[in-house]
Amino acid sequence: MIDRIAAFGRLGLDVVSSFGRSGRFLAGVLAGVPRPATGFPLLVKQLYAVGVLSLPIIVVSGLFIGMVLALQGYTILSDYGSEAAIGQMIALTLVRELGPVVTALLFAGRAGSALTAEIGLMKATEQLSSLEMMGVDPLRRVVAPRLWAGFISMPVLAAIFSVIGIWGGMLVGVDWLGVFEGSFWGNMQSSVDFVDDVLNGMIKSVVFGFVCAWIAVYQGYDCVPTSAGISSATTKTVVYSSLAVLGLDFILTAVMFGDF
Amino acid sequence: MAKRTTEIIVGLFMIAGCAALLVLALQVSGLSAKSAENTYTIYANFNDSGGLTPRGRVSMAGVTVGTIESITLNKETFQARVEMSIHSDVDNIPADSSAVIRTSGLLGEQYIDISIGADMESLKDGDTFYSTQSAMNLERLISNFASGRAEN
Amino acid sequence: MDSSAYISLRDVVFSRSGRRIFDGVSLDIPRGKITAIMGPSGTGKTTLLRLIGGQLRPDSGSVVVDGHDVPKLKRKALYAFREKMGMLFQSGALFTDLSVFENVAFPLRVHTKLPEDMIRDVVLMKLEAVGLRGARHLMPSELSGGMTRRVALARSIALDPELIMYDEPFAGQDPIAMGVLVKLIRDLNSSMGLTSVLVSHDVPESLSICHYACIIADGKIIGEGSPEQLREHPSGQVQQFLQGQPDGPVPFHYPAEGAARDFGLSGGVS
Repeated sequence: MIDRIAAFGRLGLDVVSSFGRSGRFLAGVLAGVPRPATGFPLLVKQLYAVGVLSLPIIVVSGLFIGMVLALQGYTILSDYGSEAAIGQMIALTLVRELGPVVTALLFAGRAGSALTAEIGLMKATEQLSSLEMMGVDPLRRVVAPRLWAGFISMPVLAAIFSVIGIWGGMLVGVDWLGVFEGSFWGNMQSSVDFVDDVLNGMIKSVVFGFVCAWIAVYQGYDCVPTSAGISSATTKTVVYSSLAVLGLDFILTAVMFGDF
Repeated sequence: MAKRTTEIIVGLFMIAGCAALLVLALQVSGLSAKSAENTYTIYANFNDSGGLTPRGRVSMAGVTVGTIESITLNKETFQARVEMSIHSDVDNIPADSSAVIRTSGLLGEQYIDISIGADMESLKDGDTFYSTQSAMNLERLISNFASGRAEN
Repeated sequence: MDSSAYISLRDVVFSRSGRRIFDGVSLDIPRGKITAIMGPSGTGKTTLLRLIGGQLRPDSGSVVVDGHDVPKLKRKALYAFREKMGMLFQSGALFTDLSVFENVAFPLRVHTKLPEDMIRDVVLMKLEAVGLRGARHLMPSELSGGMTRRVALARSIALDPELIMYDEPFAGQDPIAMGVLVKLIRDLNSSMGLTSVLVSHDVPESLSICHYACIIADGKIIGEGSPEQLREHPSGQVQQFLQGQPDGPVPFHYPAEGAARDFGLSGGVS
């Protein structure tokens, strides 16, 4: 029994210390003004790897999610004779929730795991050490551009996801199921507010981008530099990012849309 | 050069993101250049504003001509005072038109429909609708129907 | 303290995850010479290099390199200080996303503001020094193990350091690659006046090029001196290591319970 309690306590200490370490790590990454001359090309390279290469999965998932929303929504709404509300339903779900959340989950799986594996492998092959020995801070050289790239890419990806999803919903709703196009857009426009819905959704995705990128680079940097260590760090990235995104989504939604 | 290509692709990616945000702003949330244009304000008093909400739409013959700005209680008459802004290019709403609260579909959003009058004069900025028709309250309608009373 | 010592360690104690790796190590590494640090695997030879490079801090004791007290250096001073040292990692640690040329050019690009044509000249000179000028367009994945290490060597001398540390340069190399590396280390040391620290467990190669050697085992230095002095060293442990005898003061068997018990031969006593 005492052993159990001790194990629980140890777990708690581990959690707290890893939070502390990741916080110090983050401070180390963000400390110091990045020099634009050297920093910008690195950032562009990472934006390509993290953002552009995530685009296909984002576009395809957005399209299908929008189409499914239209189909599901149509069958439910047509029971009440309000098929026209399908536009508003799709737009609100995507802009407020699914856009930021699904993008973040896909991002964690596609880009986050890649970031972790890349940094972990650089650690295992002593590339990070050798940077240090060359007098180059790997936190700024390797980690910071990746963190920023994740942070910047996420809202961009989320916006693209939402637009593609709405377009997919329109394809199914208007072109296939025959909802009147004017009421599709009209209903949508009258119920979606730019500040309350679109901007709040963007804020969500900015937060998710930051958290996902942070978890990914930290797990890579902190991993045990062996193949087993890298694989477990990659798994942790995906699991922790997904949980963090879903948890934060609830909190953010409560703050933004809940009536307190 | 490979580096140049990367830069161009990343540039396009960022542009695509901005374009997507623009689409969300203009096409999806209807934050059109029109609404940023000049509008004029008119008022309507309702006995029951029902489920009207701010930023709901105001339409004429099914065409959106404005939005609801605010709904407040007039403490003297205990009526709901609805402030709406109408696009200034729709400047010929007859003065005897009435504002009717309607529902899109059975469960859709409620909006204000302006049913056109025949007066030669038109509503100006700050005017109030002369006649209004309050929200159709489904519950009341059913209870009226059940008790056999005529519409009050 | 020896006035010609470039690096001097005093009573360094270092432990990691509860295991004591160094237990009061004192060592002077002379300037401008090749010093070999030898010892069985797992005795923390690489850790020693990391202590010198300031990547790890000792629990107690001092590490002084060229007058700098390394563990006490501030982050910024430490990074500036490291520009004076080169390190050749066991795996080479080339940046896998950069070509050979860019790998060697990397420290120059980061630490100097040289114009592009000068960087090119310096890089080609360094690659020439390791005999790989023709391989400049290859990617690290296309190189053999020996070539990888030579490129890494070219990279670590790109900034003309005062000190270069070799972490197991001979491990896993074929005889020709090993011969090339031995020659390179010797030539670099004499031509550039470098202080070289060599960590290895390849006894003959190390002793053939070093001016001074020390052997670490069990967290202590068990023998030091010139190669000749070491060969005559009275300690049984030193002789066992140098001659590679399987059994001796360092037992063949990892400490264990009696074999009879483990194999269950003593009648089921548990």
